[in-house]
Amino acid sequence: MIEVENLHKSFDGNKVLRGLSIKIKKGEVIALIGGSGCGKSVLLKHMAGLMRPDQGHVIIDGNNVSTLKGKKLTTLREGLGFLFQGGALFDSMTVFENVAFPLKEKTRLSDKLIDERVFHELENVGLSGSEHKYPSQISGGMVKRAALARSLVTDPETMLFDEPTTGLDPVIGLSILNLISSCHRRLSFTGIIVTHEIPRVFEIVGRVAMLHDGVVRAEGSPKEMISSSDPVVRSFVGEDAEAWSLCEPERSGSQDQ
Amino acid sequence: MSILRKLGEVSLDYLYRMGVMGMFLLKTFFYVFTPPLKINRFVKQVHFIGFQSMLVIVLTGCFTGMVMGFQGYNSLSKFGSDAFLGPMVGLSLIKELGPVLSAFVVTGMAGSAITAEIGIMRISEQIDAMELMGLNPYRYLVVPNFLAIIVSLPLLTALFDVIGIFGGYLVGVKLLGVGAGTYFGEMVSYVDMNDIMEGVYKSLSFGIIIVWVCCFKGYYTGVFTGFGAEGVSKATIQAVVLSFVLILVWDYFMTSLMF
Repeated sequence: MIEVENLHKSFDGNKVLRGLSIKIKKGEVIALIGGSGCGKSVLLKHMAGLMRPDQGHVIIDGNNVSTLKGKKLTTLREGLGFLFQGGALFDSMTVFENVAFPLKEKTRLSDKLIDERVFHELENVGLSGSEHKYPSQISGGMVKRAALARSLVTDPETMLFDEPTTGLDPVIGLSILNLISSCHRRLSFTGIIVTHEIPRVFEIVGRVAMLHDGVVRAEGSPKEMISSSDPVVRSFVGEDAEAWSLCEPERSGSQDQ
Repeated sequence: MSILRKLGEVSLDYLYRMGVMGMFLLKTFFYVFTPPLKINRFVKQVHFIGFQSMLVIVLTGCFTGMVMGFQGYNSLSKFGSDAFLGPMVGLSLIKELGPVLSAFVVTGMAGSAITAEIGIMRISEQIDAMELMGLNPYRYLVVPNFLAIIVSLPLLTALFDVIGIFGGYLVGVKLLGVGAGTYFGEMVSYVDMNDIMEGVYKSLSFGIIIVWVCCFKGYYTGVFTGFGAEGVSKATIQAVVLSFVLILVWDYFMTSLMF
């Protein structure tokens, strides 16, 4: 369970978050949408303890992330996975070394077991055969897949995705979203996806929250967001989502087949 | 009133930065003396800082010693004291030029690279990724560099001194005709262990300055120096310039203390 209560944050006098509150249930996958600069990534970094709020707090499973320090924060982070917008792979390490890094540094698993888990995770994200390549030698989509494998290799209870499809073409973007969905079915993590990928992200989340002016402007199921009468939500979600909604029976049919 | 306010803001900003920089050094010392040490990374950095700077140290040391040979002979011969060329070259190199110039070479070669590497890791969120894995970036990025410089810089300084003395010998003895026995004999008489230790203490403290400034500037890229490639470039320039200035200022204080 993640609870964000009355979160305020400003940078050089610019108020980004203005008393934001939201609750996310265990095992749920939620999409955070909103215009650029509305504080989605800032909220995600507060959840990960990478930023400290000016006011308010983030509570994950009863622990106040905003005040945790040292070993307690480290322990909490061990249960978190974070997919950065740019992947944040260590550029001096190969894909294999990147995925193996958290296991080598944080567990006492044998080299053989680590190899097995890394190869298994790379296979799950479709990167078999690219183990010995460096991040600079692979495409943007592969970097995201490798970063996803690195985040998932430690079996986190909560996954934070910071714009996982940004900079990717629509086909690769969709494959990343499908990958997130299949990983969620396999691992049942609580997922928070910051994205502009509307309406495609609606297919993999149970709930959507829209941030506007530093607070949650609207939240609900994808259908509720599409049928919202709020002009701000409508202008952001747009006609594409309505078209997507109309196509839902077709998609369900093709999925059944 | 607004000028006073602006002055106050700037002063507070500098005080804050100095405080953050001081805390960075204290944290570094704390992690240096508490396990675990990342041995592989330490060995890699000793190779990078120590071994890869050797050629430049040899060239710089040799030519500095040769220039000292010429200038020293020129000055001393005016007073008929050219026999003291050996002690002059030796003492200048061991107490002053060796530690300072070696520190400059290491700052330019390794320090700038350390800042750029850590800075790029910061702006590409690799340091954040490390923290989110529950790992301490100081142990991976700062402590190995700190220990590697502490080990490498005094050795590089010793190499600089030896090569410099040999350079002075080439010019003084082989070119200008000072006796080889006089050159080395007088050096043995006038250079004692305290002079050598002064050079060692200086190079150790210069090493701490280099690693402190260069790691700090890289670690706080994006906070104090702007974002992106420009931020890394600014951080690197500031690291090199600040290291040079602090080395010279600290050199004055150490020299006055050991005078």
